[in-house]
Amino acid sequence: MAVNFFEGRKPPETIGEHLERCGVSRRQFLEFCAALMVAAPAGLALTSKARASEVARAVAKARRPSVIWLNFQDCTGCTETLLRTATPDIAELILNLISLDYHETLMAAAGKQAEEALQAAVKENAGKFVLVVEGAIPRKGNGMYMKLAGKPGLQVLDEVGSQAAAIIAIGSCASWGGIPSAAPNPTDAVGVDALIKNKPIINIPGCPPNPYNLLGTVLQYATAGTLPELDALKRPKFAYDWHIHDHCPRRAHFDAGQFARSFGDAGHRQGWCLYHLGCKGPVTHAGCSTRHFNDIPDVWPIGIGSPCVGCTEQEVLWRVPMFQTVKIHEATPPDTYAPVFTPQGHVSAVATGVAGLIGGALIGAGFMASKKLGSGDDTESESKPKKE
Amino acid sequence: MGISRRTALKAMVAATATTVAGSLSARDTQAAALAAPADAVGMLYDATRCIGCKACMTACNKANDVPPDTAASGGLWHMPVDLNEYAKNIIKLYRDPQNGEQSFVKRQCMHCIDPACVGACMLGALHKGEKGIVSYDPDLCIGCRYCEMGCPFNILKFEWSKAIPKMSKCELCRHRKEGPACCEVCPVEAVIYGKRADLLAEAHRRIEQNPGRYLPRVYGEEEVGGTQVLYLAHVDFDKLGLPAYTDQSVPQRVRTLQHTLYQGFIAPIALYGVLAGVMLYNRKKSNGAGTEEGEQ
Repeated sequence: MAVNFFEGRKPPETIGEHLERCGVSRRQFLEFCAALMVAAPAGLALTSKARASEVARAVAKARRPSVIWLNFQDCTGCTETLLRTATPDIAELILNLISLDYHETLMAAAGKQAEEALQAAVKENAGKFVLVVEGAIPRKGNGMYMKLAGKPGLQVLDEVGSQAAAIIAIGSCASWGGIPSAAPNPTDAVGVDALIKNKPIINIPGCPPNPYNLLGTVLQYATAGTLPELDALKRPKFAYDWHIHDHCPRRAHFDAGQFARSFGDAGHRQGWCLYHLGCKGPVTHAGCSTRHFNDIPDVWPIGIGSPCVGCTEQEVLWRVPMFQTVKIHEATPPDTYAPVFTPQGHVSAVATGVAGLIGGALIGAGFMASKKLGSGDDTESESKPKKE
Repeated sequence: MGISRRTALKAMVAATATTVAGSLSARDTQAAALAAPADAVGMLYDATRCIGCKACMTACNKANDVPPDTAASGGLWHMPVDLNEYAKNIIKLYRDPQNGEQSFVKRQCMHCIDPACVGACMLGALHKGEKGIVSYDPDLCIGCRYCEMGCPFNILKFEWSKAIPKMSKCELCRHRKEGPACCEVCPVEAVIYGKRADLLAEAHRRIEQNPGRYLPRVYGEEEVGGTQVLYLAHVDFDKLGLPAYTDQSVPQRVRTLQHTLYQGFIAPIALYGVLAGVMLYNRKKSNGAGTEEGEQ
């Protein structure tokens, strides 16, 4: 990663030029573009093209967008997911697609040098760079629980964020607080959305999110200059429009009623549905079930037999107990069928006879009683004048 | 009192004559009118094509804004046992355990040309609407459920779970411009939507061009006077819950019965005559008894 912080820079080269200079083959680049199309099948202007080569042409022409990456209260997992791709070539490719001008984990500089690099990058690309925020921001005690170069995180976010063209909150922590904000939330941590109001904000939640969700968003900004369509939680629709359950590879087991009932039981070993182990797939919007992590098939929670925890939902992870089952919205039919003729209960001959006898007895008794009633009246009316 | 006895008698005779003549002429027109309206639409369901994916059931609930029936499955699945208030459309499975013969069947309103439910509905909540669709207007419904009893296909269902219940039935998605949602989502075109005349021609074409694939009969062409939903199948329609009805519609049968009974007003006159006789006899008897008592 040749990231040059200090020199006065030449006009940024296009992605195509940069890839050529770095010796990335066209084949690798096309593979990446195809992967991006799988990750974002719809809703992203870039990937609505028919062929990977067309996507590649569009991406190659774009100027590498300047990205400044700030870490707050985080575990650096989101950075790790960006780097942990199946082959090192593609990890490098990802970093070649964007001009990552400041990233505390990835840059060589430290201390004063690093701080200067940040100031230089902000100044040079003011109003043009994309700010990626990783981690929640503590508010308690004027933000004293997290400091960067002697300044509280709150102030850093405000200074850098006010110069950005757009802010991408990567991970659930930056989107709405995540783990640091879990009860009792000792540092009063919140996401970017709660602090900055006058900039376009895109939430890419996940713990961690799939790197393609970030790249799709950044590349749309680089190629078309626009931001993808967002849902109510400000998540890009191309990546968060479907439930995990909708495209889950284990969906057939759900429909067939084949459930793992405890970890390690026969059903769990056979890869059956994890719903009863508390899987949040039916309420979680994310593309994990179609785009697995690290470009390795089945590398995602449900793929390795762990129920979905709902990390991309504000109201699920850290709010709903991990092993509690969720309500199925818009239930669909199972793998069974109703019979043509609905089975109905039968009444046995004996029961019919007994009911008839009881009914008959009641009618008879009623008749006799009414007769008695009538005769009683008669005797009364006859006896009365006799008494007087 | 300005009306003389003669005028009153005259009026009575005239009224009787009008009623008799009216009922006779009405019968004549009804017997002749059993062709589908020219713009009648319908569906053609081909049981040999259906793969039983039930996409139509999900689409139906979505299109009609009906919640799924999850009572039987503890909240997991939309699993109706039969048509009900949560299922205006259902895919059922017929399977003979002995010889393995099997077929899916899609059940929903048949949209009869002369529907029994419309005949039974006293307020016109159910009516033959645009394009011959048997339509339902819940505002006019009083919940008497006569339509439910009358339907020869057991389609109409009552909303048992509601405080002010209405009826539930397929209305061929008449609120959608695109036509029925079930036809739209079917991945194998097992159920298609179109004009009844076209569908009937298509059904006959399929039977002709695929000898041995179908029973040589289109269910709904004549049954109960014809229905706008047509069926093709390879197993007996009886086994799919589509009974062998004659070509006489239910309202037609009812009308025939009524008109026979009231033919020339003879039956009512005879009945009232007998009743009058009984009354006279009883009165005479009780008068006699009264005098006896009086004498005592």
